[in-house]
Amino acid sequence: MHKGQYRFVAGFLLAPVSLYLIFVIWPYIQTIGYSLTDWKGQSQTFKFIGLDNYKALFQDDVFMQAIWHNILFLIFIPVITILLALFFAFMLNAGGRSRAGGVRGVAGSQVYKIVYFFPQVLSLAIVAVLFNAVYRSDGGGLLNGFLIKLGLVDAENPMEWLNEPNLVLWMLVIAVVWHGVGFYLVLFSAAMQSIPRDIYEAALIDGAGRNQSFFRITLPLLWDTVQTAWVYLGIVAMDMFVLVSSMTQNMGAYGGGPDHHSDVMSTVMMRNFQYFGKSGYACAMGVVMLLLTLVLSVVMLRATRRDRVEF
Amino acid sequence: MGSTSADSHGDDGVGRRDLIKRSAALGLAAVPATGFLSACASGGGDDSSDDGTKGATSKENPFGAAKGSKLDVVIFKGGYGDDYAKAWEADFQKKLGITSTHTGTQEITGKLQPRFNAGNPPDIVDDSGAQQIKVDVLYKNGQLLDLAEVLDAPAIDDPSKKVSDLIIPGTLDAGLQGGKVVALNYIYTVWGLWYSGKLFKEKGWEEPKTWDDFLAVCQDAKKQGIGGLAHQGKYPYYINVAIMDLIAKKGGLDAMKAIDNLDPKAFVGSDAAQAGVEAIYEVVEKGLLMPGTNGLTHTESQTRWNQYKAAFITCGSWLENEQLKQTPADFDMKFMPMPLLPDSALPFTAIRAGSGEPFIIPAKAKNLAGAKEFMRHMLSKEWSTLFAKEANSLTILKDGVDPSVKLRPGTQSTVEASKAAGDDTFRYLYTEWYSEMGAAIEAASNELMAKRIQPKEWLKRAQAAVDKQAKDPASKKNHRD
Repeated sequence: MHKGQYRFVAGFLLAPVSLYLIFVIWPYIQTIGYSLTDWKGQSQTFKFIGLDNYKALFQDDVFMQAIWHNILFLIFIPVITILLALFFAFMLNAGGRSRAGGVRGVAGSQVYKIVYFFPQVLSLAIVAVLFNAVYRSDGGGLLNGFLIKLGLVDAENPMEWLNEPNLVLWMLVIAVVWHGVGFYLVLFSAAMQSIPRDIYEAALIDGAGRNQSFFRITLPLLWDTVQTAWVYLGIVAMDMFVLVSSMTQNMGAYGGGPDHHSDVMSTVMMRNFQYFGKSGYACAMGVVMLLLTLVLSVVMLRATRRDRVEF
Repeated sequence: MGSTSADSHGDDGVGRRDLIKRSAALGLAAVPATGFLSACASGGGDDSSDDGTKGATSKENPFGAAKGSKLDVVIFKGGYGDDYAKAWEADFQKKLGITSTHTGTQEITGKLQPRFNAGNPPDIVDDSGAQQIKVDVLYKNGQLLDLAEVLDAPAIDDPSKKVSDLIIPGTLDAGLQGGKVVALNYIYTVWGLWYSGKLFKEKGWEEPKTWDDFLAVCQDAKKQGIGGLAHQGKYPYYINVAIMDLIAKKGGLDAMKAIDNLDPKAFVGSDAAQAGVEAIYEVVEKGLLMPGTNGLTHTESQTRWNQYKAAFITCGSWLENEQLKQTPADFDMKFMPMPLLPDSALPFTAIRAGSGEPFIIPAKAKNLAGAKEFMRHMLSKEWSTLFAKEANSLTILKDGVDPSVKLRPGTQSTVEASKAAGDDTFRYLYTEWYSEMGAAIEAASNELMAKRIQPKEWLKRAQAAVDKQAKDPASKKNHRD
């Protein structure tokens, strides 16, 4: 870059960077401050209590359990979403019968591409309403109604999908994956389309099947996009506030049930912040969340680093 | 999208995708926290300066509310709407010349938390609904005015008496924090079981007076393909009401106070508590719950009950208003007290009665005199009647509704039930005092209803919640005799 350009660029960055400093960085610093107090949330009178909140935090079973749930989400949401999206994208772009004309997707791939994208258009709040209707715990629920008709579930004892400690996290994962898979399908499919056709055709001539061309050609060339997808899905997994608070059994406020089996860090934090009035303590949770997410994002970016293939 | 390096410019450039990745990583850190952080912004300052809101006091105007001053009113706009408050405000302006700025909202916390923190709260607030700021939290933050001054002032309807003399006894208790009334719970509320008069007539059932009769009705219902008891399982608060009512009726007021006063034997070692929770568990074990009710929200299960899918449901007296649209015209909604366990200390007619819909005056309100005068007017027969007309509900004012107002059948049946109860009413206070303990007991009740724990374990968990709360030094300030 030439020298003058720095000032030019800085001029443009001034507004966004100062907004970022005021509305993101400054609140972070404030939160760290509040986390060292016994702030109760509704006035500006509080005492400095040092690290007591943090000490209490590590003995708080509910919060520890919530961290574990976030970690489970962090593993399963990205893996399942990415695998499904990759599979669908591959089928839509290169999964069709190979003919003399070259490589193409399965029949009707244009239609599928649009249909799969539909869920992404919905906001999470609507997804929660939809899946509440699917998982509803009596015969009026889509799943239960269907299973009762098939005779797989007793109408007198319908499945309480979201009230089962061992099921509830998976039920939430299904909703998130359903919501997200279409977007990543389109993302991967756009990336796949930029892979030159002749590479596939060369592989085809060498006798590569669908599997081989996927693992030897598509995946390595898509690695950058997969990595980006991973980071975005990580954001979703660390949050989960909307779905947990509006779908699961209520533990005072903000869902989290049954018996805290679906609580995530953000719902525990909000419950302490608003409902229990332990706001300083909740700020300490916020700081722990910040540290955890920072560590995890660094680890994720390191772990997925690979040599770049140019084409 | 092609190769990333193709987008780079020489050595010092940053690839476009790298940039996206890095900013996404930053976002990963930022997203979960930002929503809640925005609530933390510090404000400061505390200007309780007198700006012409206090005028001369007189017998008609004991607080010296100043003509021409402004009153900032925030009303929770839920099941009762906010038309009643608009009617009050219009009358207030006519009578005292004080104009109000009216805010009707469901987002009490979102709108008011920043104002409380910045020291410029409204003058009077109906702090209710799912997004209320919990009264115990506000109290601990020193934000609430002690309402004794209003309650000791001369009443509008009869200036020879104090305002508090005209209020139904016991209804102020729900607003007690640290021995002071800091919230005026304005709506008279009773809790118990509800049924459809029409369904009961059709099936030839009688209102059950004992727990055994209650189970018999449930069993008969079950035989005919109707659920026995419905509850709003997604919010275990509701079934907790039933359990706690059984405990209070079995063991009397002492059993109830033991819980509110965090007694080390409130649950474990209390015969009443054991009998109460075992009775509810019997319903679960015998399969007398409405199928699926444990996972339904309040509206879902109440609507099922309106469709004659269950004989009984647990709820407070807001039920009729909440279900107006779903209730068939000939449903004939009826309220009844919790049935009695054998050897109960209280009679069948005893009900949990109290008040809901807390109105508060912030200690730092700008127009304190106006707010106090407004609250004094709320406890007049004229305003109480206005409320009953607009919101189909009773207020805590004794005999506070003009007979010309026709109440709906459910509300009418609560009037009769509270007449029958007379002085035999009770009201738990731990729900207002100890949000955290309440939540822990609710979590245990949810497990009990799903048959994942037994009554014995429930008692242990409830006691653990009580013991944990007792360790908090702030809990010592609350006590009832």
